[in-house]
Amino acid sequence: MNARGSGGRTLIPVAARGPRSAFGWPVRHRYWVATFAALVLLPLVPGLDSDFGRSLLTQMAIAAVFALSYNVLFGQTGLLSFGHAVYFGLGGYAAIHLMRAINHGFALPMPLVPLAGAIAGVAFGALFGALTTRRAGTIFALITLGIGELAYAAAFMLPALFGGEEGITASRTRGPALPGIDLASQIAVYYVVAAWAFVAALSMHAFTATPVGRMCNAVRDNPQRAAFVGYDPRVVRLVACSVSGLFAGLAGGLHAINYEIVAADSVGALRSGSVLLMTCIGGAGHFAGPVLGAVVLTWLEASLSGYTSAWLLYLGVFFMIVVVFAPRGLAGLIAMHASIVRTPAFGRVLLAYLVAAVPAAVTIGGLVTLIEMSYRVSTQPELGSRMRIAGLAIDAASPAPWFGAVVVAAAGFTAFRATWRVVAAAWTLAEEQGRAANAASPS
Amino acid sequence: MGEIVAVSLLNGIVYGLLLFMLTAGLTLIFSMMGVLNFAHASVFMLGAYFSFQLGKWIGFWPGLVIAPLFCAAIGAAIERYGLQHVHKSGHVAEILFTFGLAYVIEELVTMAWGRNAVANSVPPAIDFSLFSLFGSTFPAYKGLMMAISVAMFAFLYGALKRTRIGLVIQAALTHPEMTSALGHDVPGLFVLVFAIGSGLAGLAGVIGGFMLLTQPTLANAIGPIVFVVVVVGGLGSLGGAFVASMLIGVLQTFAVAIDYSVADALRAGGVAIARGSPLYDVASVKVSTVAPIVPYLLLVFMLAVRPRGLFGKRDV
Repeated sequence: MNARGSGGRTLIPVAARGPRSAFGWPVRHRYWVATFAALVLLPLVPGLDSDFGRSLLTQMAIAAVFALSYNVLFGQTGLLSFGHAVYFGLGGYAAIHLMRAINHGFALPMPLVPLAGAIAGVAFGALFGALTTRRAGTIFALITLGIGELAYAAAFMLPALFGGEEGITASRTRGPALPGIDLASQIAVYYVVAAWAFVAALSMHAFTATPVGRMCNAVRDNPQRAAFVGYDPRVVRLVACSVSGLFAGLAGGLHAINYEIVAADSVGALRSGSVLLMTCIGGAGHFAGPVLGAVVLTWLEASLSGYTSAWLLYLGVFFMIVVVFAPRGLAGLIAMHASIVRTPAFGRVLLAYLVAAVPAAVTIGGLVTLIEMSYRVSTQPELGSRMRIAGLAIDAASPAPWFGAVVVAAAGFTAFRATWRVVAAAWTLAEEQGRAANAASPS
Repeated sequence: MGEIVAVSLLNGIVYGLLLFMLTAGLTLIFSMMGVLNFAHASVFMLGAYFSFQLGKWIGFWPGLVIAPLFCAAIGAAIERYGLQHVHKSGHVAEILFTFGLAYVIEELVTMAWGRNAVANSVPPAIDFSLFSLFGSTFPAYKGLMMAISVAMFAFLYGALKRTRIGLVIQAALTHPEMTSALGHDVPGLFVLVFAIGSGLAGLAGVIGGFMLLTQPTLANAIGPIVFVVVVVGGLGSLGGAFVASMLIGVLQTFAVAIDYSVADALRAGGVAIARGSPLYDVASVKVSTVAPIVPYLLLVFMLAVRPRGLFGKRDV
């Protein structure tokens, strides 16, 4: 393994690895430095410096760790799981039980509690992994679904361990404190969670570069060939499952510290589905994709679910659009622009986006009005048929707004299809310029 | 005792036949196209809602015919306008597409009919007692359901084995490229199979809606069990799906009827577990409480013992 691993690396000329000056380290790791700075500064930015903002950031960090752990299975090893919340939830339960023990006198600093989640996660990852990793693909997906249902049902059957629907509660403040960390304030909780999240993200990124991390890619792409060169795909998948379980359990432990409660829903199918959605919407092909997905979805959920009961419908439609039109997710969309960002026509592409955004917004406005009216009529009749959408007073009982919304949506969509041609033309031009620039200076 | 066994067996067979109606379409789609259709149970739910609505407007019997046809049309549309665009991205993208679709259908149903269960009661035409067994009556709609399910099995089996189109479908199942090269329209066949599978799910929904609560969470409640049936029965095996459906139906119904726990059984044998011990919690869970997870236990057991399923021809 060492011979092969280092053999590949010597092929890269040293000069290509970046400048080796005194400032080389922060430049080479600029993304991590930027991430670190962002994690430190974000809770102090105006708008996010409230308890709500900091709580939102905490949730985002937890979701990001969870989604990254999912991508160790999905993006890196090619295993589609429908039961990933099992490791998250069991890690959370392990952490909350440890917190209770600390509340009752066990001497351990509270910020170390997520380690218990990680230990439980890796243990259950190895246990269930041994059951599930014999096969990849569809069958793996089905078995994980079954194990998810099994864990969810078990949480109700064993109330002493899992607390059933009400869950298990503990306090994060009763116990030995570390100097300078007062977990009673949300900002301290945020910094503890952010520190763990940063370490977890670094570790998972490091894992992708290890030989076994590379073998995960090999097993994903061609299990027969991986087996032929001497790596049992099942063992590699088992390792991936354990590593993934470890970080999912860690995320569960962070969840336990943040909410001070873990209930049966934390192992449930809805949470398994949401991490899948986050990862796919963000983009499984890029390391930062799941983080992007976790941040976007957590933010959308926090900001939208208060206004509309149709939140899950919007989420489902958004997800399907991503699967059909942007299979590589939001990160893939961003990466797509890397090849044209330096061309002169890039400004034109942006302008075309702006032009197309207007009818797109009109279409969405029309559809949203239709959906909101339907929801009001069918799920909240007690609120009456009069409602306000984007400042407009609407009576869902009269036919006029329905016709109006349909006309607006249809007109918007027709205009959108017309403007999309402008976008396509700008793209073609930019791509040609990009190719020409590449041909002129082959670097 | 004999009474409980007989009644449970009958109810188990009824439930098993309902599961089979659902699984038949799914296993057809799965084995032919490799598409694990997460929206299958959602189409089942749509069948229940359509039949409820049509029953209000034009009566039960026309609804029994029209609701499955609607579902078939929806299934064909899903394949033609949705899945065919993601086929090129591989099976995972297809699963993700149907997974998202299941979310959307659940919310659309909520949007149209509300979050609570609708009053989908058995229509008077089939709401009478067929016979009674040990004092408990057997309603006619369950009899109708059994008849439809058995007829469905016979129809599918006959259509696949005896008709020309069935033979082409079977060929496309194992050798899609070769079948296509021989001049058969394989994408068109896929649309047809999807339509048939969804229509069968819709038909199951019409009848199943009376047995289960017709509410937006119906698909989530029954969907995972249907997947278990497919795996336990063996991929691509209609007979396997039938046997596995009956097995799970009967096992689960019996489990519901047994109101004892391991601790009770041990106590009858003279062994008592101390109330405080950690074992007590596990051992005192009643078998009837375990009933919902019986299918998943069977799934794990099956994968450990015989990964290809009961009648599967290849390893899953």
